[in-house]
Amino acid sequence: MSSHSDLDTLYRQVIMDHYKNPRNRGEAESGTVTVNMNNPTCGDRIQLQMHVEDDTIQDAKFVGEGCSISLSSASMMTEAVKGRPVGEALEIAEVFSDMMQGKDYDDEKYDLGDIEALQGVTKFPARIKCATLSWKAMEKGLGEDVEEDEDED
Amino acid sequence: MDIKNVKDMFPVLDQEVNGHPLVYLDSAATSQKPLPVIEALGDYYRRYNSNVHRGVHTLGTMATEGYEGTREKVKTFIGAKRSEEIIFTRGTTTALNMVANSYGRANLSEGDEIVLTQMEHHSNIIPWQQVAKATGAKLHYIPMQNDGTITVEDARNTITDKTKIVAMGHVSNVLGTVNPIKEVTAIAHEHNAVTVVDGAQSVPHMKVDMQDLNCDFYAFSAHKMCGPTGIGVLYGKKKHLKQMEPFEFGGEMIDFVDLYESTWKELPWKFEGGTPIIAGAIGLGAAIDFLEDIGMDNITAHETKLTNYALERFSELEGLEVFGPEKRAGLITFNSEEVHPHDLATVLDADGIAVRAGHHCAQPLMKWLNVTATARASFYLYNTEEDIDKLVNGLSKAKEYFGDVFA
Repeated sequence: MSSHSDLDTLYRQVIMDHYKNPRNRGEAESGTVTVNMNNPTCGDRIQLQMHVEDDTIQDAKFVGEGCSISLSSASMMTEAVKGRPVGEALEIAEVFSDMMQGKDYDDEKYDLGDIEALQGVTKFPARIKCATLSWKAMEKGLGEDVEEDEDED
Repeated sequence: MDIKNVKDMFPVLDQEVNGHPLVYLDSAATSQKPLPVIEALGDYYRRYNSNVHRGVHTLGTMATEGYEGTREKVKTFIGAKRSEEIIFTRGTTTALNMVANSYGRANLSEGDEIVLTQMEHHSNIIPWQQVAKATGAKLHYIPMQNDGTITVEDARNTITDKTKIVAMGHVSNVLGTVNPIKEVTAIAHEHNAVTVVDGAQSVPHMKVDMQDLNCDFYAFSAHKMCGPTGIGVLYGKKKHLKQMEPFEFGGEMIDFVDLYESTWKELPWKFEGGTPIIAGAIGLGAAIDFLEDIGMDNITAHETKLTNYALERFSELEGLEVFGPEKRAGLITFNSEEVHPHDLATVLDADGIAVRAGHHCAQPLMKWLNVTATARASFYLYNTEEDIDKLVNGLSKAKEYFGDVFA
């Protein structure tokens, strides 16, 4: 359907695949950091659990409720950071943040894989917060100072 | 004016969004503005912008007449007895906070009870939570029926001699439930409690009469009733407003100011500190004229017809859950089995259809419904059956689209 071309840039096949078959969904084993985050403007929420040992994210799992963008983004994020040193995970989060803000982002240093499919979200400003929720949870869980969203009227 | 031709009066509706004619179904969030309101704002700024209640020059007099003229219009529009019972505020939220902070803090003490419903908007919950924390009063909720209504019987069982304040919405912004304000007020008064009514979703859509409801306080916003943002009304019975302390202190609201003591103006001005919302009030006046010209009863009848038509069309759609009672105001909150409300709203928006998705500032109610978010289509005088056909079409397309991408 041609009138769907704009929507198709948002809802890429790979996003729908992560939404339908989320990776790393569930609860992690013991010895984890747990972060609860929600998007107060829309009610999306995520619980992210990470097992960090030897400065490396050994495991990352999430449970949550939300739209296709927020859940697929969470699925992709956990895939991207699992097994990575904390520093690298935070660097990827930085790249992702640049991507979401429509800035030029570094696509060379890391293989972004599926994550790049989320680039289409930038054309839908109202949905950017959906995509960034789980990434903020990850950064918070790794001790970063994350800006919390404000509630809407 | 005939309601059939009313759409032409709203310039914003005459545009394409994402290549499709705009279908605006989010009036419960804010209504669109008709030409007379837009022109009244422009006219004030072009011709007689001036401060009110001070000075003697001609423009100041015109501005004062415009501002105070709206107070008179509001008084008649809602059936208040006196114009000094009409306080201009920034909106419903500010009005409810004024009652909670001024009346609530002065009249509540430990062990007293505040009675609410679970379907309240956050702005009619949080001010009471804060007052309860400050005074030691307790919150009690009238239970809800499965269809999202409350019964007078339950209200009677929840309101006791310890109840000092009963606060509830006239119309739920999520369920469309119309609450029995008159009956609950009568019960509250038997216990010497006052009622505080959030009228944000009622005043734009139906005739309200303060004498008939007999409530003590009533709050609403101009921007949901064809008026500008930034102005609303707190109606209060004179006997309460008289004994209440001002909410804000400064210019405009004083009688005499000394170095160590000051006294306040009489009602309503003691509650309107600072340069008031002059343009907003003038815009609200134009909105009231516009609505009265069409007739509130005609608006209600139009919305009832649209809502029934929408419910009928919705019943054709499989996997769609509609929340709220059968008898409802002009809005429908729903969820699709397959598509999350945000995704639904995005897909509809691609077809130029504006609906709301989210928790609608009613998280306790979302919890009660056991959802985190819903979609909502809300109707107003400018909506048509064609708009609803487009919505239904869009919903089928969304389902198909998500079916496709899932496949």
